[in-house]
This record gives sequence, C-alpha cells and structure tokens, in this order.
Amino acid sequence: MAPPAYRNGMFLLICVFAFFIRLLVSLHSYSGAQTPPHFGDYEAQRHWMEITLHTPVQEWYVNTSHNDLGYWGLDYPPLTAYQSFFHGLALNALEPDSVALHTSRGYETPSSKLLMRWTVLTSDAGIFFPAAFGFVIVFYAGKKFEELAWALSVILLQPALILIDHGHFQYNCISLGLTLGAVAAIGLQKDYLASVLFCLALNHKQMSAYYAPAFFAYLFGKSMRRKRPVLEVAKLGVIVIGTFMICWGPFLHSKKAVMGVLSRLVPLQRGIFEDYVANFWCASSLVIKWKQFCSTSLLARLALVATSLSFLPSVVHQIRAPSYRGFLFALFNTSLSFYLFSYQVHEKSILLPLLPASLLILEDFMLYRGIVFCAMFSMFPLLRRDGLVVPFIATFALHLLLLRFPFLQRKPSDAMRRQHFLSLKHLSNALFIMGLLLNLAYMFVKPPPRYPFIFEAVNAMLVFGCLVLLGVYSNLQQLAASSSNQNMNLDKVKAQ
Amino acid sequence: MAFVANEVCVSTMKRRKQHDFAMEKNAAAGLREVVWMAGVATCIKLLLIPAYRSTDFEVHRHWLAITASLPLNQWYLDETSPWTLDYPPFFAWFEYALSFFACLTDPLIVNLTLGLNYEAPSVVLFQRGSVICSDLLLFLGAWRFCRSHPLHLQRLAYLAIFFSPGLFIVDHIHFQYNGFLLGILLLSLSYLKDGDDLVGGIVFAILLCFKHLFAIAAPVYFVYLLRHYCHDLMKFLKLGVSVISVVLAAFGPFLYYGQIGQVLRRLFPFGRGLCHAYWAPNFWALYNVLDKMLFYVLRKLGVHVMKEKAVMTGGLVGDLKVHAILPQITPGISMLLVLLAMFPCLVKLWKKPRKENLLICVAYAYTSGYIFGWHVHEKASLHFVIPLALAAINSVEIAKEFFFISTVSYYSLFPLLFEPREYAVKLILLILHTIVTWLTISLSFTSRWKNTKSGMFQENSYKEEIPILSLKKLVFLVGLVVVEVYGQLFHHLLFKEKLPFLPLMLISVYCSIGMLYSWIKQLIFVMSL
Repeated sequence: MAPPAYRNGMFLLICVFAFFIRLLVSLHSYSGAQTPPHFGDYEAQRHWMEITLHTPVQEWYVNTSHNDLGYWGLDYPPLTAYQSFFHGLALNALEPDSVALHTSRGYETPSSKLLMRWTVLTSDAGIFFPAAFGFVIVFYAGKKFEELAWALSVILLQPALILIDHGHFQYNCISLGLTLGAVAAIGLQKDYLASVLFCLALNHKQMSAYYAPAFFAYLFGKSMRRKRPVLEVAKLGVIVIGTFMICWGPFLHSKKAVMGVLSRLVPLQRGIFEDYVANFWCASSLVIKWKQFCSTSLLARLALVATSLSFLPSVVHQIRAPSYRGFLFALFNTSLSFYLFSYQVHEKSILLPLLPASLLILEDFMLYRGIVFCAMFSMFPLLRRDGLVVPFIATFALHLLLLRFPFLQRKPSDAMRRQHFLSLKHLSNALFIMGLLLNLAYMFVKPPPRYPFIFEAVNAMLVFGCLVLLGVYSNLQQLAASSSNQNMNLDKVKAQ
Repeated sequence: MAFVANEVCVSTMKRRKQHDFAMEKNAAAGLREVVWMAGVATCIKLLLIPAYRSTDFEVHRHWLAITASLPLNQWYLDETSPWTLDYPPFFAWFEYALSFFACLTDPLIVNLTLGLNYEAPSVVLFQRGSVICSDLLLFLGAWRFCRSHPLHLQRLAYLAIFFSPGLFIVDHIHFQYNGFLLGILLLSLSYLKDGDDLVGGIVFAILLCFKHLFAIAAPVYFVYLLRHYCHDLMKFLKLGVSVISVVLAAFGPFLYYGQIGQVLRRLFPFGRGLCHAYWAPNFWALYNVLDKMLFYVLRKLGVHVMKEKAVMTGGLVGDLKVHAILPQITPGISMLLVLLAMFPCLVKLWKKPRKENLLICVAYAYTSGYIFGWHVHEKASLHFVIPLALAAINSVEIAKEFFFISTVSYYSLFPLLFEPREYAVKLILLILHTIVTWLTISLSFTSRWKNTKSGMFQENSYKEEIPILSLKKLVFLVGLVVVEVYGQLFHHLLFKEKLPFLPLMLISVYCSIGMLYSWIKQLIFVMSL
C-alpha cells in the first residue's frame, strides 16, 4: 500500500489536472460567440446575471419593462437565479459594464469572457470536485488505491461535461455536482442530507428530475424496510417540502407568482424535440410525422406515458430490493428513459445518464465506454456549431487514452465476465468506427442539397439505436444482480 | 573440466539471453508508455491552440513566406519585414519543407507581402500543428535515450520532459520550435550512449545547423569524441569529414553565393546588449544589480560618479555602456568566462572520456553558457533542464537537483506570458510539474520495483522517505511564492504605477541566485566524476 503522503499527492494531482483541462477548454470559443442578435447560452447566463442583479426578486420571472422575457427570459428554477445573482455581484464588482441593465446585451470583451469562464471554473471546483471525491471514497472504499484514483480521474475528466460547461457554457457542474453529492450521501446512509442535496439539484436545473424516480424508489423502498415506514416516509417528505419552501421563498407570497415561475419552467410550446437529438421521438419522426397529427398536449401525455413505462422496471426493482449498486444502475436507467422518451429533450441532456454510468466505471466498464461514445457523437453537431471541434478532439482523445491507462491492470469484473446476448465491446467498437466516419464526413463532405441535414439525422439514428441496446442491457444488469450480495454491501457500509 | 566450462558458458549465454529478453520487454513496455504519455501531452497541446502567441509566431510565419517565395540566394538578404531570417540554413530548409503544406492549407500564409501579420484560424492551426507534429522527434529522442532503463525510471524522464512547463510555455503558447531541436540533441546523446560515436557526432553537427545556440556544448562534444572515438587517424578523418560535410551541406550554397559574411552577421548579432530586455536570471543579472546599488550608494555618499545615466536595459539597441561603476562587459569577456567555467568539465572528460560522464557534462556546459553568456534569453534554460531530466534517472542526487532547478527556471519563464488569460495556465503548469516530479522522484527512488508483465508497478516495501528538498532549498522555493505574490499584488499597492520594472527585476535577480547555486552544484558533480 502506498503511504498516505503519496495517496494525497495523487489525489491532488488528479484534481489539479482535471481543473487544468477545464481551464484549457475555457480558452476556446463558446455558444453564440459574436453572433448577434441572439447569441447563445453564454449570453443567456450573462443576461440572467444582469436581470437578477438589477430587478427585484418578484420580477425575475415576469415580463416587465426591464425584463423582456422574449430575450433569454429566465427559465430555470430559483436556485439558478440566486446563483446568477451572486455571480452577477462578482462581475459587477470587477467589470460593471458587463452586467449593466439594457446596455450590456451581447457584451463580450476578453476580460468579461475570462470572468464568466471563472464563474464556471470555480463552481465546478467548489461543488462537482468534492462531490466526486466523496463518492469515490465511499463507493469504492474496498478497492485498491490505483483503481480508486483511476475511477476518480475518469469521473472528473468525462469529456462531455467539460465541453458543455467550459466550452459551450453552462453550469451543469452545479446541478450534477449536487446530485453526485446526494448519491455520495446515500452511500454514507445519510438519507436526509441526500434528500436536501437532491432537492437543491432539482431547484437548480429542472432537468435533474430525470433522476427523481430512482431517488424516490430507493428512499421509499428503504423506508419501507424500517421499523416505522410511515414515519420515515413522512420525515423525508417534510425535508423535501421544507427544502423546496426555502428555495421558493420569495415566490410563495401568491399563487399567481408560483404559477408564473412554473409556467416558465415547463416550456410546452417548444415542441417535442429540437434539432437532431438521438431519442425516440426524433428517430421515429423520420417515419411518423408526430408533429403533424398529434396536438402538443397529446404528445406531451404520450411522452409521459412512454417515459414512465420505460423506467418502471428499474423503479419497481429498487422499491422491492433497494441497494446502493442497484440504485446507481437505477439512476442510469431512469435518466436514460427520460432522454429517450420524454418531452423537449436536448442533446445536452445526455449528460444526465452519463454521470451515473461514469460512477459505475469499475463495476461496468463497457457500459460506460458505450455511453460515452454515444454522448460524444450525439453532441458533435452542437459543438461544431460552437466552434469547439479542436477541444472535442482533444478531450475525447484524452479520455480514450485514460480508458486505456497502461499502468493499471484491470481485472474483468463479474459484470464484464458474464456474457450477454450482445457484446458491449463489439457494439461500442462498431459505434466508434461508424461515428468517426460519419462525423468526418459531416466535417468535410457537403450534404446533398435535397437532404441538408442527412448527416445529423443518420448520426442521431445511429446513437439512438446504441442507446436503446445499452438501456436494455443495463436494465437487465440491474435486475440480474443478486440482491443478497448487495444487501451485504449495504450492511458493510452501515457497519462503518 | 571442459564439461564445467561448457556448463558455465551455457548458463552465461542463457543469462545473457534472459537479460536481452528483459531489455526488449522493457523497451516495448517503455514504448507503450511513451506513446501513451505523448498522446496525453499532445491533447494538452491541442487545447493550447487558441492561447496567447508572441511575435515569434509572426517571425516563423514570415520565414515560411521567405523560404517559399524567394530563391535561396535571397533568404538571408530579404528585409520585407523586421523579422529577418536569423537561424542557420537547416532551420530555413525546415521552414521551406513546411511551406509546402502551408501553401496547401492556405496560400496566403506564404505570401511575402500580403501575408504580413496574417492571423486567420488557418494559419494559427497550421503553425501550432507544425510545432505539435515536430515534437515527435522529442518523444523519439527521449525514448531512444531511456529505452534500456528500468521502466519506473523511464517514466520519470518521460514525465519530466513531455510535460515540461517550459516546453509548453515557450513552444506551445509563446511559439517556438525548441521541442524538436531538443529532440535532436537527445537523439545525438542517445547514440553516444549506445557507443555509436560517429552517428552521435553527425547528429550534433546537424543540430548546430538547425540552431547555432546549441553550439555551447561543442567543446564538450569535441573533447569527448577526440578522446573516446578518435583512437586512430582513420577514425579522426572519418569523423572530421562527416562533420565538415554536414556543415558544408548547410552553409555551402551561401559560400558559393559569397554571402557567408551576411549569414554569419545574421546568426551572431553582437550589436545587442549584454542582457535582454527582461534580464535572464544569470550572473549578469546580479552584476547589473550590484552596479545599480553601488551607483546609488556612492551617490548618497557624495562621490561624484562619472556616468550619470544608468540605463536599465540593453534590448535591441546597441548601447553597450550600461554599467555605471563596474567594468563594462564585452562579448569577448563573456565568452572567455563561459569557456573558463566550462574548463573543469573539459579536463574531466579529457581524463575520463566515459560515456556515463558525458550527459552531465553537456548539461553543465549549457548551464555555464546560460550563466555567463552574452545576450542570453530566459528560454535557453531549457537547454540544460531537459538534459538534466535525463541525467536525473541515473542518480537520486541529480534528481533532487533537477527538481530544484527545473522549478526555478520554469518559474523564471513566467514573464513571457503577461496576459491575464494565461496566468492560471502557467501557474497550474508549474504546480502540476512540481507535484508530478515530486511524486515520481520519491516513488522511483524509495520503493523497490518489480517489472510485471503488464509493466505495472508493484511496491513491495517503502524505505524511509528521502528528503527531496533540503531546508535552504525549501526556503528558497517559498521565496519564489513571495516574489510572485509581491509582483502580482503588493507592488501595485505600494507603488501604484511607479517602478513598473521592479517586479520583473526581482524575479530575475531572485531566480539568478537559484541558478548560480545549481550551477555550483553541477560543478561539484562534474568535479567528483
């Protein structure tokens, strides 16, 4: 065993390196750079800082003379608004012009870009990093140090998250970091803390609801096994409602205000999918033109039913036999169901199933490998529009190298040895080669004028097919895992 | 009797075979790690593409244009831009070869007049890409030198060289081509290490025709090859003829055109001052400061000082009278001092021309050139830091020295990048370097190692931790932090906009103390050979 000084040194090295890669990606372009009049996500975040800084809380989600909701109106839950406010304070102190009311639209100077980038970098280092470290320490407690360090670096260097947050420009590191913190807290048997953290994640980005069925099923199933199940469930309910009340405090004064915020959060009018996202609705729309013969509300209901049906097995399994490992699989399965079947899915939503898959890296290497390929290829058109081809190649290559780390002898885990009807290794290899060729063609070949989006569409179809197979595989993985083994695992954690 | 002898013979053969096999396995596993680490380093370099570029970027772009659009006899005469060609001919040919691909990428890059200060994405991608690709030679050189060493020691060298903050800062941010030139130096050293003196000598001659600043180690090479290789006249002639033909291949055409004087004037611009605008942290930085201090002290004491103006820097102007009190330094004096400093290692090599002594002597020679040379650039510290990284795998003492001197000299490169965007980049590069070298040095030299099939390390037991830093070195390195914090924070609070040169001066003077210390340590190593 390596002495503690070296262990700490290695952990420090991994964290600093992961931060360094983020810093380098942040040197590159971002979504909507120098493209008036609407710019992109970078401008949206900057605009939210401007609005939250200069208007009273009650007007943040309301159309007023100072807050034009038509121009990047705030459509994330209150925690994002508070975060924008605090970052706005920082920017206001250092470069007031960058967040001045009305006049700062499309404000892009090298120094303001640097400041904006650092708001994401510090959020990432302050929330996601400690959560990842905590999770690895808790979940992989019994593993060898080298494996532990490797798992941590895989989680921290996952390319899709880095590219979206530090290239494209978003704050997924906060909501995903809070979720990861909740997952780690569950590993420590601190269910109340986990509930609080997950509620915060939900209040930062409504997309975190992709994980909600898994959290609900695990915590519910576990409470049912306690001595007084009703009391346990009630306690959790109080905690959840309390956290929500605190987050929504400024908007609770009237029903109208609450409904105002809610209507901003659920944008039904935006259609069932945008661009070419690798999910069921987009893929099947090549055959069935959903948008033509279904009304929006019917489509929304259809999507809800399809999503619920697809995550049902995983949720039922967790209610009946809750276990930590099963919970991680359930997180993956439910978030993947949402990605594949729910309403208004973005390419970026692939980050949600990607996170739990990366957490399972030492348990199911091939699952992670497959999903990371899917995620990267499905986001390529988006990142290309942002001018992020070079960092895409660099971070992807870096991750492939990391997955083939030469200093580590990985023993095939049980899951890998068990042969299934499909070999994930061959599947992900085939996906990699096809995706590579397809995206090269996308880069350099002009599409035929009749089908200007042929490459995007084929790309989405390809990824969708792989995701369905991966989803089936991981559902089987979750169900097949013997419950006795997992319960033992749970008890071991409890005993500590 | 014969039977026993036979037995012994068989067993030694068997052992040798086993040894060869182990070596091969080592080399193969080493190669795998080289490829892996080179891949990681390349990813970082790719990510650095949009970073800050100095005027050297335009310098090299202009050289592409010169070599692509002008005939050979105009290369060293052209003055379309102030960035005239001032590297030896092989480097010009290198640019010539690159210009073909540049022309394919974007013809405007190699346009002599329209291409001036061209900064389109195409030219940035192309030039950055050319540096990244040329670094293959660095990887090759490092691997060739280290390939027979135990795996964990190879790893130390690769980590120190491939992830050198100096190379990242100078080549991939500031923009130059030091990586592949150092790669050629390492190749030459690796041939000498294998006992292939002729090839090693030729490769070194080729290197000199790429960049003449490497010539500081020429005396070391000369003495070593004379004593180690030239045992008879034939060999001497063979070496002499090959080296001269390399030099002729480079400079011959210009001899033919009668431009050799012009070429040499370009290569050795002695009109420049003793120190660069930002003083490289060497002996002269201390000398300058001593001069300034004496000047002020004497003036306070009321002594009439003849020269009123103490000019702070030399720079591009040919003003040689920069010292008010201390004697003026001429290029001759500085060259004499360099040779004098080098003398001990030449004597040592003359007496003991062993190949294991060569590397440290080469590093020492470059250090001497850095400490006493004329118009030294801070970037030249790479010339001795990279060879020292290779020397570090031979002994723990040198490894400790390497840790110290690499940190100091990489820190002294900080003023090259002055924009706020790259501040965190350079800082983290240095932090990563210190963590990595610290960890690998302590892991390499404190634990017992076993090579397994996969090349994975296994620690069987740990001896006591070795102190990588003595107390005085630690205090010195903490001083670096103080200097940096002062320059970034307190200087502005204390003086506002006054004395803008003070933080830079502080960095170079403070680092020069560390450099001189390391030079003396290397001198002691050389003396003890």
